[in-house]
Amino acid sequence: MRTLELGTSRILYELKLYFRQGDSVFFTFLFPILMLSVFAVAFSTSGNLGAAPDGSGGISFAAFYVPGMVAAGMLLSGVQNLGVDIAGEKGDGTLKRLGGTPLPVFSYFLGKIGMVLISSVLQVTLLLLVARFAFNVELPTAPEKWLTFAWVFLFGVITSCVLGIALSALPRTGKSATAVVIPIVLLLQFISGVYLNFAQLPGWLQDFASIFPLKWMAQGMRSVFLPESFEVMEPSGSWDLGLVALVMGIWLVFGLLLCRVTFRWIRKDS
Amino acid sequence: MSLAPVHVRDLLKSYGAFTAVDGISFDIHEGETFALLGPNGAGKSTTIEILEGYRDRTSGDVSVLGVDPQHGGLDWKAQLGIVLQSSGESGNVTVLEQLTHFANYYPNPRKVSEVIEAVGLTEKAKTRISKLSGGQRRRVDVALGIIGRPKLLFLDEPTTGFDPEARRQFWALINQLKAEGTTILLTTHYLDEAATLADRAGIILGGKLVDIGPINEIGGADARVPLVRWRQDGVEHSQRTAEPAALAARLYAEASGEVDSLEISRPSLEDIYLHLVGKHSLINAEEGAV
Repeated sequence: MRTLELGTSRILYELKLYFRQGDSVFFTFLFPILMLSVFAVAFSTSGNLGAAPDGSGGISFAAFYVPGMVAAGMLLSGVQNLGVDIAGEKGDGTLKRLGGTPLPVFSYFLGKIGMVLISSVLQVTLLLLVARFAFNVELPTAPEKWLTFAWVFLFGVITSCVLGIALSALPRTGKSATAVVIPIVLLLQFISGVYLNFAQLPGWLQDFASIFPLKWMAQGMRSVFLPESFEVMEPSGSWDLGLVALVMGIWLVFGLLLCRVTFRWIRKDS
Repeated sequence: MSLAPVHVRDLLKSYGAFTAVDGISFDIHEGETFALLGPNGAGKSTTIEILEGYRDRTSGDVSVLGVDPQHGGLDWKAQLGIVLQSSGESGNVTVLEQLTHFANYYPNPRKVSEVIEAVGLTEKAKTRISKLSGGQRRRVDVALGIIGRPKLLFLDEPTTGFDPEARRQFWALINQLKAEGTTILLTTHYLDEAATLADRAGIILGGKLVDIGPINEIGGADARVPLVRWRQDGVEHSQRTAEPAALAARLYAEASGEVDSLEISRPSLEDIYLHLVGKHSLINAEEGAV
């Protein structure tokens, strides 16, 4: 009970810190929105994707990029933001200080995850508003689509957070954290159907990307935001929502185990 | 019989071939302020971090508030206050926000406003920590160390970067904590600080405790023999004697009047400490030469 109370107190504290830290807000919070704008503007004259031969139907590039950007936001807020943030806190002595207080480790995790969840909800809301009103993207209206959105989003963000916490053990210093974390998330975004059309990647690369959770987050979001007619473009010809849940679940459990094994307030004897 | 709040026996800590702490033993009694003195790299911080639970020992027995710090749980941590030697957080929160938040962690915290007042930051309460000077940030560290009303307070070089006035304020704060019965372990490079605050001190050199005792006895009686200095015919003289007044009287008689630049002093803690450190490095140099 006390752990939850302190977790809530941490969430508020973390949110305050997050939004006061100008650079990280810019890069991780606005990044998906900026990227969507870049793609939407760059391809604004390219016509619609999946249009009939007479040019009717299909969707705009902006609409096509929405699910990828939503998924990228989920990944970045969790993995990149927390991976770098926690490695930094390890480096600057924040964790050492907390380790000397009666704060439970789990409350600290709750604070991080809660902070990411709240900021991600704001981020995705802003992203969808920009897509709808700046780039005229049609958003789904069916309640079951939004139900799918809700669980994929929640599940995906929490999985990302747990992986970010686990990944923060990797950099040896706070300063090297960005150098370790950013290439990993950047590579994943390119092979997982965020920037490049997943259907057009070679089969072996699709298979490789399918090991990692981002591909499944993006696929889950495509099922929400793309029309039914796009389902056949998936490698299996289906949105495979069951598999989306399964793979994210496996990564969540794996990440939790990693955190359990690797997370320490400080490296003893370093 | 219950153990002292801090009980250390034959503590040894080695990193590979290097022995940082080489078999030290001491107790800190309830309500006592104990100063651990020694040059940089002597093993002070390693010792204090073992007691705080940050490092594991290689061998020896350690008990802090009745618990082995290697297995200290949250209830144990709730009774400790820790002021680390260095802190470098970005500090995008105000002094008031930081202390209010940390007060939540403890079952019976002090009043936030009183703690801010005690460390002299009332006027800076609504300033972000990142905007404070080094000495002011250090006061925030001290405030965070005492917010949880600790039974045992660790102060690792707490006044580094303080101006003289802030140091006096800090001393007054520590005296107040002592009056409330807080047990304190202090390390400092300011020997006047140790002399003012501590009841007892231990001196660590090269990982070994070379002396331990009440502040006004440490170094032994010989190290405390008063020193008489004067000037005669333009030449400086000095003599150590247990009867300084008698010597002064004799000089007065011989000079048949006032003695030029007469001075009688007792070695300060700093003199005694420097003497011990000097002796130790001499022995080490000789051992190295053999």
